[in-house]
Amino acid sequence: MVSELPWDEKTGTLRRNLAEGMMNPACANALEAALEIKRQHGADITVITMGPPMAEEVLYEALALGADEGVLLTDPRMAGGDTYATSYTLARTIEKECPDFDLVLCGCHTSDSETSQVGPQLAEELDVPGVAYVERLELENRTARMHRLSDNFIETLEMDLPGLVTVATRANVPRYPALGGLDIAFGRPKIKLLDSSQLGLESDTIGLRGSPTKILNVYSPTAAKKNTVLKGTPKKIVDQIFINYGDKISGAIGKDLKTHHHDKQS
Amino acid sequence: MNTNRCSIWVFGDYRNYFQNRVTLQLLSKANDLAPKLAAEVCAVLFGHDLDEYVYEYIAHGARKIYVVEHPCLKNYSIEKYTDLMVRLALDYQPEAILVGATSFGKEFAPRVAKRLGTGLTADCIGLEITEKGQLLQIAPSFGGNLVAEIITPKQRPQMATVRPGVFQEIPHDNQLRGEVVRIPIPENLPDDRVRLIAYERQEQREQRIEEATVVVCGGRGMGSRKKFKKLFDLAELLSAEVGGTRPVVYAGWLDSDALVGQAGKHVKPQILLSFGISGAIQHTAAISDADFIIAVNKNPNATMMKMADVAVVADANQLCTALIKGLKERIQTR
Repeated sequence: MVSELPWDEKTGTLRRNLAEGMMNPACANALEAALEIKRQHGADITVITMGPPMAEEVLYEALALGADEGVLLTDPRMAGGDTYATSYTLARTIEKECPDFDLVLCGCHTSDSETSQVGPQLAEELDVPGVAYVERLELENRTARMHRLSDNFIETLEMDLPGLVTVATRANVPRYPALGGLDIAFGRPKIKLLDSSQLGLESDTIGLRGSPTKILNVYSPTAAKKNTVLKGTPKKIVDQIFINYGDKISGAIGKDLKTHHHDKQS
Repeated sequence: MNTNRCSIWVFGDYRNYFQNRVTLQLLSKANDLAPKLAAEVCAVLFGHDLDEYVYEYIAHGARKIYVVEHPCLKNYSIEKYTDLMVRLALDYQPEAILVGATSFGKEFAPRVAKRLGTGLTADCIGLEITEKGQLLQIAPSFGGNLVAEIITPKQRPQMATVRPGVFQEIPHDNQLRGEVVRIPIPENLPDDRVRLIAYERQEQREQRIEEATVVVCGGRGMGSRKKFKKLFDLAELLSAEVGGTRPVVYAGWLDSDALVGQAGKHVKPQILLSFGISGAIQHTAAISDADFIIAVNKNPNATMMKMADVAVVADANQLCTALIKGLKERIQTR
């Protein structure tokens, strides 16, 4: 299972919710799918994430839930990578740490940027068949059968392993770690830390330097417009809305409205 | 085969109504950008029996269309289409490739970009040309709190995906002419490693939120799943569609199809009623085309309130209840 943590290149920090050790929600669905495969067929699950040292919390959580090994890619040179550089880094890691992998499961997107691009690009890098937004996954021998909704088409797909899927957020409900499990996971660290030199990656292929896209400018959108502010009791506000905008609402919904309350009598 | 003429390409995504519309919207945007680069707007189409789309895309501003037609391309194939796009891009060297951020496009574009060794920006909310003639890709970033302006300085083509509904299509013009370049299917096209076993078209809902005249959107400020359901009662009275924000979808209050946001649906209603939404850019980017916004929030300083034409400072759930009552009293049944 692969998780991409957002690492803010401006401040060198993770987004707060992730720094507090929260797994990217979509990645929790991917882990759940992996755990379900382990339950049904038996499997050795390696969880991989990239981020600052504190990102290991996410790996401990995954171990507590039933993953077998954790790999943390942590190296300032990996920071600020776009999906091109990130998928390259993850692919080289998988090739080194899990050369005989059967299946790579990814969250379908991260909660910070939602590009959904790492999964498909990782499949390209690994040169394996890949399917995005999988809602149901069944394995039989060396074949994966997948169900998904893609642009209003309900599709059933098959591929031979090894392969890659990104797991849709509606595919399952991720389990929560039992507190005891967390303690056990913390008691027995099985997290492997790797940096770019251990992976043999040139610094111009990873992180900011390895990214074809460059951020020119970041700004906070200011969309304030002159507006009318209404306050008071809900009933008074609703009366105001109908007095001032009743015609507009009536036109949009195609129904006649009594815009003034005294119309009731007429 | 390398032509010297600079070109902007639009991937012809046509498999359903919204995929086709986003293609037309991108052709319109490409026509907007093209004069600044003295570029030619081209569409690229793969499939079988494509004439209908060839003529539609010309009438919407494609000056050249590269067409690869073959029965084996009838169903969308991620591997075959990626392979074809990469070959054509290597042969003709487009300056930029725009792809609709449909389910297919979001799987297809990253693969094409990867194989071409170039950058790709997801879900752009704006595209411009910089003074240096680069494609400026404007996209929400960093948790939706910020907007990033992104360029691909060195590698070509510059690539971007755009959700349906972000740009406006230009009206159909039958007088427009375009060149159709038919390319024979390569002999060594890869077999599909992902096999399509079965597919069926999902029944389309009667009204689509993207097309709705009135949209009711709710956020966490509605308070609970049960209270959120009131928005559906309100929507029924208003003949409206209901949408919501990412937290509401994650909380299971609403189906993920109804997500209104950068990664969900873009809406452009005459009236948008927004309940208990603070206004992360991922949401506001998807509603900025609404003509008239009434926002309800306890916090008068919420971003959503600043975007609204009418900012109602109140509890979203209580106001929803009062509005339902007010509408029931006022709707004329005759």
